[in-house]
Amino acid sequence: MSIDKDTVGKIARLARIRVSEEDKETLAGELSGILAMVEKLNAVDTKGVAPLTSVVQMKLPMRADVVTDGGIPEKILQNAPEHSAGFFVVPKVVE
Amino acid sequence: MTKLTHLTIKAALEGLKKKEFTASELVGAHIAASESARHLNCYITETFDSARAQAKEADARYAAGKALPLDGIPIAMKDLFCTEGVQTTAASNILRGFVPPYESTVSGKMKADGLISMGKANLDEFAMGSSNTTSAFGNVINPWKRKGDNRDLVPGGSSGGSAAAVAARIAMGATGTDTGGSIRQPAAFCGIAGIKPTYGRCSRFGVVAFASSLDQPGSFARTVEDNALLLRSMAGYDPKDSTSVNVPVPDYAAACGGSIKGLRVGVPKEYRVEGTNAEILALWDKGVEMLKDAGAEIVEVSLPHTKYALETYYVIAPAECSSNLARYDGVRFGQRSAGENLIETYENTRAEGFGREVKRRILIGTYVLSAGYYDAYYNQARRVRKLIWQDFIDAYQKCDVLLTPTAPTPAFAIGENTQDPVTMYLNDIFTIPASMAGMPGMGVPVGLSADGLPLGLQLIGKPFEEETLFKAGHALELAAKFDALPQLLAA
Repeated sequence: MSIDKDTVGKIARLARIRVSEEDKETLAGELSGILAMVEKLNAVDTKGVAPLTSVVQMKLPMRADVVTDGGIPEKILQNAPEHSAGFFVVPKVVE
Repeated sequence: MTKLTHLTIKAALEGLKKKEFTASELVGAHIAASESARHLNCYITETFDSARAQAKEADARYAAGKALPLDGIPIAMKDLFCTEGVQTTAASNILRGFVPPYESTVSGKMKADGLISMGKANLDEFAMGSSNTTSAFGNVINPWKRKGDNRDLVPGGSSGGSAAAVAARIAMGATGTDTGGSIRQPAAFCGIAGIKPTYGRCSRFGVVAFASSLDQPGSFARTVEDNALLLRSMAGYDPKDSTSVNVPVPDYAAACGGSIKGLRVGVPKEYRVEGTNAEILALWDKGVEMLKDAGAEIVEVSLPHTKYALETYYVIAPAECSSNLARYDGVRFGQRSAGENLIETYENTRAEGFGREVKRRILIGTYVLSAGYYDAYYNQARRVRKLIWQDFIDAYQKCDVLLTPTAPTPAFAIGENTQDPVTMYLNDIFTIPASMAGMPGMGVPVGLSADGLPLGLQLIGKPFEEETLFKAGHALELAAKFDALPQLLAA
């Protein structure tokens, strides 16, 4: 299976990365190369094998559902490209 | 007296305790060395002023007899660890100027033990790379050069700045993170020792995430025992990381020097892969003999799914990366490139903020996770991962530790191996299997190639049995007597 230019455009859109027409061509080649490499995995018989979700053989710990942190809006906002009145500012999303 | 920058951490701590020199002198010597080695580009952000101030505090504690366990030792901090008030970039333009309002658990623990950060060490962008040539802050240069060849070599990656700093004697130790070999491979390329502990041993809280089921902090130093000192400081349970494991942290240094008589060392036959440098294969045989002479029992073992590890990694790591890096949207932190609307702002921000390799991995990850391909690629890779993990568990029925090469070649020149991404990926062929299985791995420098470059071997241990790695690694180090200096320092 190889990835064509249109597919690159589609996944770039999903990943929210702008890709120029020219780059789509290059990326199609590079991504197809990676895909050709990983295709080898289809040859492995994995019938009855459950996917490994964690190498740590333990149950994830639970904690009480309580607030443990907060009250630091200035710290949260300090690295924002744009903020105002305690909010992150983004381009208008509703007309 | 030996130059202060050439001391081991262990010797420096003894010297500080005996008041042979002060922490200020020790840190000062490393700042001077760093300044004359700036062309290596080890640091993205230097923190010499705070290092000097911390050294003064350490000296006051030594004078008062209240020194901390690793007080006054200058180290390099990989710029993937969030450090409160100090720019943290992950070597990416998208995080240029990001100043974390909090400290990663690991760097905080090290600070509390008196370790002094000299700066934030350069790395491959978001730790994605094996040569430290994907950094938005420039390549790191290996202090080693080939005999009679003046070309600059790569330090390996992703923790290239950390490894080069320790090899160039501008830091006594360093932190790294290892997702598929990012500690072990640069340690081999730079002729130093490094350990990636068991997944879950060190907290990932505050470490910029790449592939969360694989990422694990670890250390670099010039000796195995120095790594033991650093790892003890870094390791431990952290309620802020749900995959950190609540088991006691032993005194790793105590394991160094222990006898390896009767230790069963497994040699996996599948690691004799085509294309591996003949010198490295010969060194591997020599390493086997060294451990045998020290009393170990050598057993051949089989890890039959080794040949699928690289492929498994290049599905799982990009998949997790595409998910983790979704947070860089130009809204809450990092760089923003404006667009006509919100979607365009996201797309422009990410197009301009991420480098080529990072985008490649996000895109391939997005593809393997997308509807229609999820089961064929992502789930199949996770099933094969289970088989890789099972291989190790089976092998450990017959042995206590595995000995393998660390990397298939010595350090290469900047610009070599860049024709296509897959050639570069092959660098991690020996380190990725242990990463996939979450096993601890240690790199130890063992010899030099014919053209004068360091070569290393890797020890892989059982989960949470890093002590065995320290014991075996120390024995290997004693036998190998690796004492060559990089050309940078030999003059």
